[in-house]
Amino acid sequence: MRPNRALEIGTGLFVLLGFAALFFLSTQLPGSGLKLGKPEGFLVTAAFDNVGDLKTGSPVSMAGVNIGRVEAVTVDPVAYKAVVTLRIQPQFSSIPEDSDASIQTAGLLGGKYVGIGPGGSDVYLKEGSTIEFTQSAIVLENLINKFFASFASRGGGNNGSGADEPAPQD
Amino acid sequence: MSLSDGLIVSGLRSIGAVSIFLGRTLAQIPGSLLRPRLIVHQIYNAGARSLIIIMLCGLFVGMVLGLQGFDLLQRFGSEDALGVAAALGLLKELGPVVGALLFAGRAGTALTSEIGLMKATDQLTAMRMMAVDPMRFVVAPRFLGGLIALPLLVAVFNVVGLFGAQLIGVQLMGVDPGAFWSQMQGAVELDDVTEGVVKSIVFGAACSLIAVYQGYHAAPTAEGVGLATTRTVVNSSVLTLLLDYILTARFL
Repeated sequence: MRPNRALEIGTGLFVLLGFAALFFLSTQLPGSGLKLGKPEGFLVTAAFDNVGDLKTGSPVSMAGVNIGRVEAVTVDPVAYKAVVTLRIQPQFSSIPEDSDASIQTAGLLGGKYVGIGPGGSDVYLKEGSTIEFTQSAIVLENLINKFFASFASRGGGNNGSGADEPAPQD
Repeated sequence: MSLSDGLIVSGLRSIGAVSIFLGRTLAQIPGSLLRPRLIVHQIYNAGARSLIIIMLCGLFVGMVLGLQGFDLLQRFGSEDALGVAAALGLLKELGPVVGALLFAGRAGTALTSEIGLMKATDQLTAMRMMAVDPMRFVVAPRFLGGLIALPLLVAVFNVVGLFGAQLIGVQLMGVDPGAFWSQMQGAVELDDVTEGVVKSIVFGAACSLIAVYQGYHAAPTAEGVGLATTRTVVNSSVLTLLLDYILTARFL
């Protein structure tokens, strides 16, 4: 009976391990949910017109250095803007309140990340602050459309003064 | 003329023989389910004992995937997509196929030589004389054990491989861990996981069937058992890759 018992325990462990692996693959890989350690740092929100394909977990960087992660991406149902919650690591607690946030692309085909450009205020961002100055993701298709539109109007005749250039978005 | 004729006829004959054997095995499965202990024993033999080699190989396959994927993606400046590449590669192809090949080498050969030796030492005949059906008590539990064990082994392989890729990509090459996981979670669908699971079940059935068939039909000599073991590995590997193509074409 004893060797049989060891065998059954071994089989049970194997089956449990296998199903745990299956569970991990089917629940953690698709969609969100994987936690990378204990979350620390403070939460800051920023509203964007368009976040492109920014995802939960994307990096937040300042001057090219990673200072936090995107905690959540939701839509404000009133203003129709994307509200991005950023989790900034606690040691970066002296970011000026009037800093700006922009959605950047890592490389030509890389993923999106949030870039923070420092402002000049003496008041710093803290838990619950909102970044007022934001710049949306550059959608490549829109850029190409605008380029062709301005190209066509320039070819259409009058001056190529660039008066029809797209107004910068806030 | 006569050679090709012989090849065709013998090919047809072996396909028919395997199909009949599969039918007989399936018919015995309800009976063998009444003896769960036999199946548990076979899951232990085929699964738990293959676990170490599967985990080790999974780790190295994942690490190679991390290195190669990083080197390739770096040229396009999109090494953040390493997680996607590793996860899809492991889930859809490498996990089921490499897992099945390892399974054929580790567990399939053990099944074939075990049944072949039982036959060579007249144990199967003795069982029949005692009105104990070896199809029910020897073949069906082993087939079921392999069928249950391989999908679980492949799942473990995938998880370990993923962490191997993560180890190389994130710890060694400096891919951002958030981008690694978030892009992976954004790109992997439940369908991709399902495809891998379906593949591993099909491969598990194919490899187990070939292993028990070759053992059951081995010539009852030392040489015959050796030949049957070799045929198990060769046939399982070829059939796995062939079925992989068919299943991939079906799922795309």
